[in-house]
Amino acid sequence: MSILLDNQTRVIVQGITGKMARFHTAEMAQYGTQIVGGVVPGRSGDEVDGIPVFDTVKQAVEATGAEASLVIVPPPFAADSVMEAADGGIRYCVCVTDGIPAQDMMMVKRYMFRFPKDKRMTLTGPNCAGTISPGKAMLGIMPSHIYEPGPVGIVSRSGTLGYEAASQLKALGLGITTSVGIGGDPINGASFKDILMLFEEDPETEVVCLIGEIGGPQEAEAAEFVRKHMSKPVVAYVAGLTAPVGKTMGHAGAIISAFGESASEKVEILSQAGVTVAEHPSDIGSTIASVMSAEVA
Amino acid sequence: MDIHEYQAKELLKQYGIDTPPGALAYSPEQAAYRSREIGGDKWVVKAQVHAGGRGKAGGVKVCTSDTEIQQACESMFGHKIVTHQTGPDGKGIYRVYVEGAVSIVNEYYLGLVLDRTTQRVMIVASAEGGMEIEDIAQSRPTSIIRATVEPAVGLREFQCREIAFSLGIDNSIVQNFVRLLEGCYRAFRELDATMLEINPLVTTEEGRVLALDAKMTFDDNALFRHPQIAELRDKSQEDPRECRAADRGLSYVGLNGQIGCVVNGAGLAMATMDTIKMAGGEPANFLDIGGGATPERVAKAIRLVISDANVEAILVNIFAGINRCDWVAEGLVQALKDNPVDVPVVARLAGTNVEAGQRILASSGLPIIRAGTLIEAAERVVNAWENSKQLSQRKKQPSKKVKAKARAVRQAVDAKTTS
Repeated sequence: MSILLDNQTRVIVQGITGKMARFHTAEMAQYGTQIVGGVVPGRSGDEVDGIPVFDTVKQAVEATGAEASLVIVPPPFAADSVMEAADGGIRYCVCVTDGIPAQDMMMVKRYMFRFPKDKRMTLTGPNCAGTISPGKAMLGIMPSHIYEPGPVGIVSRSGTLGYEAASQLKALGLGITTSVGIGGDPINGASFKDILMLFEEDPETEVVCLIGEIGGPQEAEAAEFVRKHMSKPVVAYVAGLTAPVGKTMGHAGAIISAFGESASEKVEILSQAGVTVAEHPSDIGSTIASVMSAEVA
Repeated sequence: MDIHEYQAKELLKQYGIDTPPGALAYSPEQAAYRSREIGGDKWVVKAQVHAGGRGKAGGVKVCTSDTEIQQACESMFGHKIVTHQTGPDGKGIYRVYVEGAVSIVNEYYLGLVLDRTTQRVMIVASAEGGMEIEDIAQSRPTSIIRATVEPAVGLREFQCREIAFSLGIDNSIVQNFVRLLEGCYRAFRELDATMLEINPLVTTEEGRVLALDAKMTFDDNALFRHPQIAELRDKSQEDPRECRAADRGLSYVGLNGQIGCVVNGAGLAMATMDTIKMAGGEPANFLDIGGGATPERVAKAIRLVISDANVEAILVNIFAGINRCDWVAEGLVQALKDNPVDVPVVARLAGTNVEAGQRILASSGLPIIRAGTLIEAAERVVNAWENSKQLSQRKKQPSKKVKAKARAVRQAVDAKTTS
């Protein structure tokens, strides 16, 4: 099994007519993802590589039974698109757009909470690489060939570090149930904790790899969850040990501005919660492998 | 993006926030003139820099005459101010703000931030005004009052009143405080701020509630819809390297090491810096070339890193997903052919089109050291850097050939003079 996404999930792409969206839609379809439609206001009746385009998410859901959506639209309009997905009956949404104003995301989060829990959409991102359940389906912009199916769950703020982990695992002959990018923005959708919860319940995931970075409270929150509720082993890496205080490191959310937000403090907090921390980004794969062999023994 | 105190006050005045009378000056003479325009017999001259802690660093001076104002200004203009927020290089003073002094009764701290835990706007207040909030949190944590704002409803009057009463603000002026706080919240939301700080907020003998200082930070991602805010950018307050990078659309942070980094993805860029450090080197910068980078963009990034005089070796680390290794390789080769460098360059490419990328590097004829993994790349760049350092130290010693030539010249000169 996998979390959030599999080869049965029916997917729409919001902003499908854009150049980048078109390219990645083709990649996703080729990988086996069930792409059933696209949404671009005013383009109803058009087709993109044989995929029908609709004016609204509601129309697309009604016509195709879509449950998941990829939002790949420019930053000024992305928050609106995510809210439209939440309102249109989408169950799982990935937003890859980078550069959405933080207050727009604040309103998105507020809007999502107007739906009762059983009808509330799960959002990952924005500013993320996406989610992939290797061998089944991919919803995002990652290089699919580095992912092999297997027992490891990955959740990462950084896209490229997620790739790093996947390729290290592949080199060791290990694979992945699902790899989830939660994105580098200060206000995002699902947190580390939300994804850990899903991996804990997924019967096929045996070990979880969490890739964090400087800034924000989510690594500490994840540590608390691991300590109290996780039965599966968790391996973590935190980027930014050499990052200076008060400077934004590329990701809008990667800035050390408060106590507990530096990489060394996060490493400390995670270790205390029983998480095995890979000191070095090159050790992520081997640390997971050694934790797994220890579990078997 | 940060702005100056005087700019923040200009903005806040439009939201009904009361401030002391003040004006901007670019020279000591203009500052004295401004004081006469303002009137009164006591003024405060404040250095306009993007940093807190100015007072302790000599950036705020109380004056009672023209001479004192001129003297205060001369100690500021053209000088650098160094506080805990500026870094060791400090920030240059090119403008001062002259303000009429007010009779203060009480001082408070007031801040609005976009809080990441609650994912809402949080109001932070304390009766310990004038101190930095970090210090208040250390020494008087119980004095800090917090309130979060429900985004769909906005800041309610009762919340403002609760804060006013908790701060112990006098009954007669609670309404003035409420108006000020409501104005701050409106400014924060309408202008897409991420931080707004009034420290100190003061009450006066006349019952006014005034913003004595004001600091605002704006969301870079929202500047597209606030051109009037984007115009307030003051590049003199930013690291020149970061300015150049921003003009080229690159995400760059200057550091103090010797190993220049060119990486894709913020997380991988940080991890690369960390790995360099563990391998015994020091990173010179953070640089994320972003997704879908063209050869031109990569070349720009390389040139930017080369232009930093501190850089003694370069590490290019690309894990291409949305990027293409062949484009990165093309950009790298082009940049190095246009601007030949005498520092070692290590490149690690992985992901999309990696074979094509490696072929371009191999056939370029350039001495680019290749690496397969991140750790290998970091170790190779640190080794190459150390070797080249030793080499360049040796170069500084005149070689045998040079010494021989010098001897020959000397002998020729001696021969001439003796004959």
